[in-house]
Amino acid sequence: MDLLGFIIILVKVLVVFAATMITVMGMIYAERRVSAFMQGRLGPNRVGPKGLLQPIADGIKFFMKEDLIPSGADKPIFILAPAILLIPALMTFAVIPFGSSITIFGREIALQVADVNVGILYILALTSIGVYGIVLAGWSSNSKYSLLGGLRSSAQLISYELAMGLAVVSIILLAGSLRLNDIIADQQGYFLSWNVFKQPLAFIIFLVAVYAETNRLPFDLTEAEQELVGGYHTEYSSLKFAMFFLAEYANMITAAALTVTLFFGGWDVPLLDESSLGLLGAILSVLSFILKMAFFLFLFIWVRWTFPRFRYDQLMRLGWKVLLPLALVNIFLTGGYLTLTAMK
Amino acid sequence: MDISQFFTSADLFGIAPEIILTVTALSVLTLEMLHVSRPGIILMVAALGLFLAGALAINTSGDEQILFGGMLVLNRFSVFFDFLYITIGLLTLIFSQGYLEKRGSASRGEYPALILFAIIGMMLMTRANDLVIVFLGLELLSLSLYILVGFLRHDQLSNESGLKYLLLGAFATGFFLFGAALTYGAAGTTNYNGIVTAITNNTILSDTYLFLGIGLLLIGFAFKVALVPFHMWSPDVYQGAPTTVTGFLCTAPKAAGFGALIILFNRAFVDIHYQWQDIFWILSAMTMTIGNISALIQHNVKRMLAFSSVSHAGFLIMGILVLNETSISAVLFYLVVYSVVNLGAFAIVSAAEQEERGLNLKDYRGLAAQHPWLSAAMTIFMLSLAGFPPTAGFVAKFGLFSAAVSQGYIGLVIIAVLNTLISIYYYLRLVVNMYMQKEESTLILSYKMLAIVFVGLIAIMMIILGITPGYLLEIVTEAASTVA
Amino acid sequence: MFTSIFFYFLASIAIASAIFVVLNRNAVYSAIALVLCFFSLAVIYLLLEAYVIAVLEVFIYAGAIMVLFLFVIMLLNLGLEDAFPYFRHLQRALSLFMVGLFFVGIFLIMFNEQGILHQPGEKFSAGDIYALGEALFSKYLLPFEVASLLLLVALIGTVYLAKRKI
Repeated sequence: MDLLGFIIILVKVLVVFAATMITVMGMIYAERRVSAFMQGRLGPNRVGPKGLLQPIADGIKFFMKEDLIPSGADKPIFILAPAILLIPALMTFAVIPFGSSITIFGREIALQVADVNVGILYILALTSIGVYGIVLAGWSSNSKYSLLGGLRSSAQLISYELAMGLAVVSIILLAGSLRLNDIIADQQGYFLSWNVFKQPLAFIIFLVAVYAETNRLPFDLTEAEQELVGGYHTEYSSLKFAMFFLAEYANMITAAALTVTLFFGGWDVPLLDESSLGLLGAILSVLSFILKMAFFLFLFIWVRWTFPRFRYDQLMRLGWKVLLPLALVNIFLTGGYLTLTAMK
Repeated sequence: MDISQFFTSADLFGIAPEIILTVTALSVLTLEMLHVSRPGIILMVAALGLFLAGALAINTSGDEQILFGGMLVLNRFSVFFDFLYITIGLLTLIFSQGYLEKRGSASRGEYPALILFAIIGMMLMTRANDLVIVFLGLELLSLSLYILVGFLRHDQLSNESGLKYLLLGAFATGFFLFGAALTYGAAGTTNYNGIVTAITNNTILSDTYLFLGIGLLLIGFAFKVALVPFHMWSPDVYQGAPTTVTGFLCTAPKAAGFGALIILFNRAFVDIHYQWQDIFWILSAMTMTIGNISALIQHNVKRMLAFSSVSHAGFLIMGILVLNETSISAVLFYLVVYSVVNLGAFAIVSAAEQEERGLNLKDYRGLAAQHPWLSAAMTIFMLSLAGFPPTAGFVAKFGLFSAAVSQGYIGLVIIAVLNTLISIYYYLRLVVNMYMQKEESTLILSYKMLAIVFVGLIAIMMIILGITPGYLLEIVTEAASTVA
Repeated sequence: MFTSIFFYFLASIAIASAIFVVLNRNAVYSAIALVLCFFSLAVIYLLLEAYVIAVLEVFIYAGAIMVLFLFVIMLLNLGLEDAFPYFRHLQRALSLFMVGLFFVGIFLIMFNEQGILHQPGEKFSAGDIYALGEALFSKYLLPFEVASLLLLVALIGTVYLAKRKI
C-alpha cells in the first residue's frame, strides 16, 4: 500500500470518528430537547444558544467528577469493562459506506473506511463482543443492581442477536453478497427496489431487534431505573460512566446507519444516478445517507416516549417465540422465491 | 458447478436406512410431544423403523458402492454391521420395556429416539470412508450415549455417570479430532483412498505428523471402546447408567468402534499397519489382563460385567493386531456373540434390579430355585462369555486365538488363554451364587413376557451356534472378504 | 517478514493467554483470557486471508459461546479455585509428570522433524464465502447434514436433562 493511500485511510478514519462523536453530542442534545417537546417542557436551553452547548458542558462535568471505584469491586475488570463496550461500538462504523465515491486528483476514493468482503458478518461479530462490556461491568461492580442489569442484558442481547442475524440473512440472500456495497448496489434504482419494500417482514424483525440490541425502550430492561437504579453502570462515575454513555449512543448511530444501509438503499438517492453527477452526486449521496439516518435516530426517541417498557418474560417470549420463527419463515420464503425464479 | 459428482439419487438410496431411522426418531419425538400415553405405541413405531431400515440396508447390499463422492462406502462389511446395530437396538428396546418406570422415571419418547440416533451414528462410522464422517458418526453416537447414560434424571448415580462420561468423552474427542487434523496436515486429505494414495506414492509431507496423527486417532478410539489405559471411565459409567442402557453401551458402540478401527487400519493405513503391531500387542495384553484382574474383585454385577467387557475388548484387539481375512471374520463372529450374550445378561440383571438391591452378587443367592429357567439362561450367558465349549463363546475365542497363532503370536495367545482361565472364576461365581447357596432368594424379578422370550431365544441360539457355527461363520467370512 | 513477525506476536499472545486460562485462579479472568486467545487466533486467520473463518471465530466463539460461559460462571458465583491441587498427592504429581513427559516427547519429535504440514494445492480461498458455501453443499454435503443431526441430538439432550418439568 502506498503512502498516499495510507494517509487517505487515516483521514477517513478521523473523519468518521469525529462525525460519530459529533453525532453523539447532537443526539444527546436532541434526545433531551425532543423528549421535552413531547412532554410539553422546554428542556436544556441555558448553555449557549437554544442550549446547544449543553452536551459540551455535560462532557466537561464528566471530566471534573471524582472517579469512584467501589471497595468490593474487581478493579482490573471494572476499569476494562467500559473500554470493551466502547471500542466495538466505535469500530463498527468502519465498514458502513456513507456515500458513493468521490474522485480527487484522478484517484477514486470510496466514502467508506474499509470495504470488507464479509462486512455484515463483521458488524454482527463486533456487536456480539459489546456484550462483554456490559456483563463484566455488571459483575465487577460487586453490586446486585449492576449484576442483575448485566445478566439481563446479556440474555437479552444474545436472544435478539439471533433474530437480527436471521433477518439479515434474507437480505444477504437477495443481494448474494456479504459486502455492504453490494447490498446497496442491489437496492439502487427507483426506491421501490429498496429492501424495505422487498423484505418488509425482515425489516420489522430487524428494527425490533435493533431496539433490543441497543437497550432502548421498550426493551431497556438492563437499566430499568425504577427497579435497577441504573443497571450495569450503577456504580460507575466520571469518565468511565461517560464511556458507557458514549458507547450507548454510538451503538444507536451504528444501528441507524445499518438500518439505512440494509433496508433503505444506504446512500442511494431515489431516481438518481449518483455516479454520473460527479462530486455533486457524492455530496447528494452523503446528504441522503445523513437524512435517512437522522430519521431513524429520531425514531429512537419517538419510540422511547410512545411505548411502555416490556416485562422481562414478555421480552424473551417475543424474541424466541415470535421473532425467531418469523425470521426463519422469512428466510424460507425468500430462499423458495429465489429458487423458483432461478429455475425459470 | 456440477453437483452430480457429489450427490445423485443413488446416494440418496444408499443412505436410505439412515434417513428412515432419522424420520422414525423424529416421529417418535413428535408422538411424545403429542402426549401419546401408551409407551407401547412409541416402542412399536421405533421397532418398525428399525425393521424398515434393516430391510433397506439389505436392499442396498451386493456390490461395493461409493457414495457422496467418496464419503461413504457400502459393502458386505458395512451391511453386516448395520444389521448388528439394528439387532442390538431392537433387543435393547425390547428389554427396556417397563424398566424406566421401575426406576421411577416416566417412559419417554426421547429414550427410543436417542437409541435410534446412536444407531445412525454407528452406521455412519462403519460406512465411512472419510475421517470427517467417522468423527461425526462417533460424535452422534457419543452425544446420544451421554444423554442415555444420564437418562434417570432423579437418580444421582445416573447423573454422576452421565457427567463423567461427558467430560471424559469430550476429552477423548479432542484427541480424535487432533489426530484427524494432523493426519490431514500430513496427507493433505481426510479421505481414506486419498490417504492410501499419499502413502503409497510417498507424498506424505511429514511422517512424524502422520504417526502422531495415527497415535492420537488410536487414543480416541481406545477411549471409546475402553482399552486399558483408557478404560477408567467404564466401570463407573456402566454402573451408574440405567441397566438397559448399560447393555446397549457395552455392545453396540464397541462393535462400531472396532468396525471403524478395522476399516481405518485396513483401508487408510494398510501400508503402515505392520509398524503398529507392537502397540496393538501391548494394548491387547494390558487390556485383557487388567480388565480380568479388576473384574475378579468386584461385588457389583454391573461393575463385574463392565470389567469383563474391558477384557473382551483386549481379546478383540488381537484381531486388529493380526488383521487378515481370518482374523477379521473372527472379530466379527466374536462381536456378534459377545453383543448378544451381554444384552441377554444385562436383560436379566435389569429384571432383577430393584431399589437398592439386586445388583450385588450376594443378591443372586438361591435364585435358581425360584427362577430355574432364567438362571439357566444366565448360566449359558456366563459360560459363553467365559468361552466354555458347547457355547458360541468358545467358537468365537477359538477362531480369534487360532487366527493369532497362525500368524505366530504365540506369546499373546498364551496370555489370552491364561486370562480366559482367570475369567472363569468370576463368571462362575455368579453361577455358584445362583445354584449352590441354600438361602431363599428374596429377589422379585420383574419382566415382560416378550423380553423373557427373547432371553430364551438368545440362550438357545448360543448353544446352537456353539455346536453348529457354520451358518454365521459363512456370513462373517463373506463380510470379511470384502474388506480384506 | 512483517507478516511473520506479526504472526509470532499473535501466536505468543494466543499461547500466553491460553496458559493464563489454565493457571488463573479466577474463573472470570480465565474466561476473558480465553476470549483474548480466540481474538488472536482470529487475527492469525486474517493473516491467512481467511476472512470468513476469522469473523466466524469471533462471532461464534468469542461472541456467542464465551458469553454463555461467562453467564454461567457468574450465576454459579465461583470462588477462587486452586490452580495446582495436583501437587498434593503423589498419584496426582505422578500423573502431572506423565503428562509433562508426553508433551516433551511431542515437542522433541516436532523439533527434530523438519517436515512442513500440507499446503493446499489448489488455492482454496477460505476468505471467499462462495467457495465455503459451495464446498459445504457439494463435497461436504453429507457431513453438513450429519452435523445438523448432531446439533439436534444435543438440543434434545439439553432440554431433556435440564428442563425442570418435562
